Parts: sequence; C-alpha cells; structure tokens
Amino acid sequence: MIQGYGIDTSSTAAFALSVLPILLVGLRTTILAMLAGFAIALVVGLAFALLRRSPLAVISWPAAAAIEFLRNTPLLMQLFFLYFVLPEYGIVLPAFWTGCAALGLQYAAYMSEVYRAGIEAIPKGQWEAATALNLTRARTYGVVIIPQMVPRITPAIGNYLVSMMKDTPILSTITVVEMLNLASRIGDRTFEYLVPLSMVGLIFFVLTSLCSLALRGIERIIPTKGISLQ
Amino acid sequence: MNDFISFKGVHKRYGNYNVLTDFDLTVRHGEKVTLIGPSGSGKSTVLRILMTLEPFQEGAVTLDGLSYHEPGGKPPFLASEKHLRTVRGNVGMVFQSFNLFPHMSVMRNLMEAPMSVLGLKRHEAEERAMTLLSMVGMQAKAQSFPGQLSGGQQQRVAIARALAMRPKVLLFDEPTSALDPELVGEVLSVIRSLAAEHDLTMLLVTHEMRFAREVSDRVCFFDGGRIVEQGPPEQIFSAPEHPRTRSFLSSILEGAR
Repeated sequence: MIQGYGIDTSSTAAFALSVLPILLVGLRTTILAMLAGFAIALVVGLAFALLRRSPLAVISWPAAAAIEFLRNTPLLMQLFFLYFVLPEYGIVLPAFWTGCAALGLQYAAYMSEVYRAGIEAIPKGQWEAATALNLTRARTYGVVIIPQMVPRITPAIGNYLVSMMKDTPILSTITVVEMLNLASRIGDRTFEYLVPLSMVGLIFFVLTSLCSLALRGIERIIPTKGISLQ
Repeated sequence: MNDFISFKGVHKRYGNYNVLTDFDLTVRHGEKVTLIGPSGSGKSTVLRILMTLEPFQEGAVTLDGLSYHEPGGKPPFLASEKHLRTVRGNVGMVFQSFNLFPHMSVMRNLMEAPMSVLGLKRHEAEERAMTLLSMVGMQAKAQSFPGQLSGGQQQRVAIARALAMRPKVLLFDEPTSALDPELVGEVLSVIRSLAAEHDLTMLLVTHEMRFAREVSDRVCFFDGGRIVEQGPPEQIFSAPEHPRTRSFLSSILEGAR
C-alpha cells in the first residue's frame, strides 16, 4: 500500500505532506467501515430491541442474553472471535466485512438499549389508543411509536456513531488497512512515528467534528412537531 | 339475541388481587349504561376487557354474538390476534387522558385508522373526518396539533377519532376526569348528543353523577369487583337499596357541596 508513494523525510512539513496521500487511502477505509458498521448497528439494534420486547420468552431471553454478551465483552475479543473462529465453521468473510460486522454487532447491542429506552418513554396510552383504533402492530410501530421515538434518541445514537468511528482503528488488528495501520507502517519504515500518528489524530479530530456538526443538522431536520423533548 | 354485550361469570385477577369476581353484566343493543362506584371496584376493567386491552382468565364475554375467547386460543387473551382484531372492530374507546397522537395533526389523528385499518381512500377519510370534527365543533382546528388544544378540545377530537371507526359500542373511561372544571361541560355536551343515537351502544365510567342520571338508561353500581345494584338512574340516585350504594352516593354528593 505504501509502495508507489514517495516519502520525503527532509523536513517535518514535507514529511507530513508526503504521508498525507497514504493516510487518505486509509481514511477511505475508515469511513467505509464506519458507515457499514453504523448501518448494521442501526438495523440490528432495532431488531434486538424489538426481539427483546417480544412477549414470547423463547425469543426475548436469547435476545437479552445476546445483547448482554455483546455489551459486556471486549470488542477486540469479539473481533478475534469472528475473524479466527468463524472460518473454522466454514464462514469466511473478508477482513474488512468481519471488522464491520464486529463493530456493527457491538454497537447494535448498545443501540438496542437506546431504542428500548426510547420505546419505553412513549406513554402506555399511545399503545392503548393504537389498539383501540385497531392498528396492526407493524403500523403502530411505524406511525405511532417510531416517529415519536426518533427525535428523542437521535442525540444518543449520534454519540454512538462518533464513538464507533473512534473504534475503527481496532480493525488494523485483523489486517484491515485503515489509517492507523498505515501510520504505524510508515513509522516502521521511517522510524518517525510522531508525524504520522499526529496526522491520524488530526484527521480523526476533523472527522468527528464534522460528524457532530452533521448530526446537529440532522437533529434540526427531523420532524419534532408536537413531540415534547425532555 | 337480546344481549348485545354479555359478561358471564368473569374472573379477572392481577396476581393475587381479584379485580372482577364472578362478574355478570348484559347490555342491550343501543343501551346507554353508566358504571359508577369507588375506585378499584372494577368499572374501568370492564371497559378495558371489552376493548381487548386486558385479558381475563375465566368466564365468557360476548359482543354481538362474538365470543372474546377462542377455542384453543393462546394466553393471555385466549384468542388469536386475528380474532381480537375482529372483535375490536366493533368497539371504540375514549380515554381519560385523551391519548391523541401528539405528532399528528388533528386531521391525521382522525384519518390514520380509517385509511390503514378500514382501507378508506384519502378523500373518503378526509370527508369523514371533517364531518365528525364539525359534529364535535372542532372543524376550525383540523390542522392544529393536539398540544395546541385545551384538554376539552383534545377530548372532543378523541371522541371524533373513535367515531371515525364507526364502532357499534363506544366506551368512555372517565372522559372528563382529567379536565379543568370549566372544560367539562363542552365534552359532556358532545357525549350527550351521542347518547341520542339509537344504534350506538355506550358504556360510560364517570364520576359526574348528574350527567349519568341525565344520559343513561341504566346505572350500575360497582363494589369489590361486582355489580351490587343496578337499575334506572332515578331509582339508583333517588332510592338506592343497597347500603354501599347509599354510602357511596352520599359521600359523592357531600363532596360536591
């Protein structure tokens, strides 16, 4: 990956400038992993939350167990598990997707709690009114519960997005070539760690700041009319 | 088939607490029945069972010939969701705390279920909603959101919303208890005009005794999970026979003075 890029170590500024294109290649991977992981977390998290609320113990108990397990064990362990153990059972995913799955699953467990709190914050009367009007369960979630829940949970979900972004370097442990991985390789070659690592820090800082800004924008767009936000 | 609604030997428990014990009640088609009694005596539970918001363990409930329990139905409701939906289609409910959907306009509140459940076209649902809103005197607020309305206005919208589903039975669960005193009248007058509808069966839980006397064909006094006395309003309010009814009514009237 570093091949083909010239590294100029004559001065700090020149060094920083010459490693930037290399790091930007890693940035692409970082952003893709973040987006894929976040998409998985959003969808699977909602599924977890709904399964956990199931009136059937056969469904809600395993869901609760899975959520607790994912929440209370280290991400790195889960990542190694997916990367090293699953292939033994014939499930072989590319390293990148294994990483996204690990990130997505752990954050799905976190987000399921956010969803759950969001659902539980809706007064019981809303469910009862939906029942009294004979709305189906799907329709009740779709037009009554979720629209009232979304504006309340967006800030918490956004925090997890930023937090997940900062967890992406963990993918370097399973050979995914993202920013931190490249920075350390540059360091290994040039024995200069300060500049590439500082650059990675800087890029992350810019990235998280942009994300926070975007989230604030999204919070403003989401319809909140009539919904009281505590 | 004179009994439009019937409860026979119904038992309802929350854990060890018996809410309804060996409960019987029959209501004729079009009858207006008021349920009164001390809190915790099971009045609201009767409505909540009819609305399928609460299951019951023993006994039989039927509505227009439909049994609430189904042979082979699974707990807690002892009936499939499909069956419950059929039963529920006959019943509408007005809640103490209105329970309008706060993120939808008044219009949308009235159109959602007729469109998604009854399959009405948008213009049909709109037409139905506007007719009902003008009936409850709320047509000017069709585009408002529930949070912009007073409690009395919200409850009038909630009544219109329940009527939009064309229920055969309308249940009122303390419809004025959450309202400021000066707003009670506007809601009662809407309910009063509904009471003139011959085809609509009404069950009303209320603490407004004068109103109960005025609109109901029959008053049922509840105590300890059963009806201890029932009859025409004049009889219950003027010449109650049961000592519990007497002491309850005198304590209520005391409070009103």
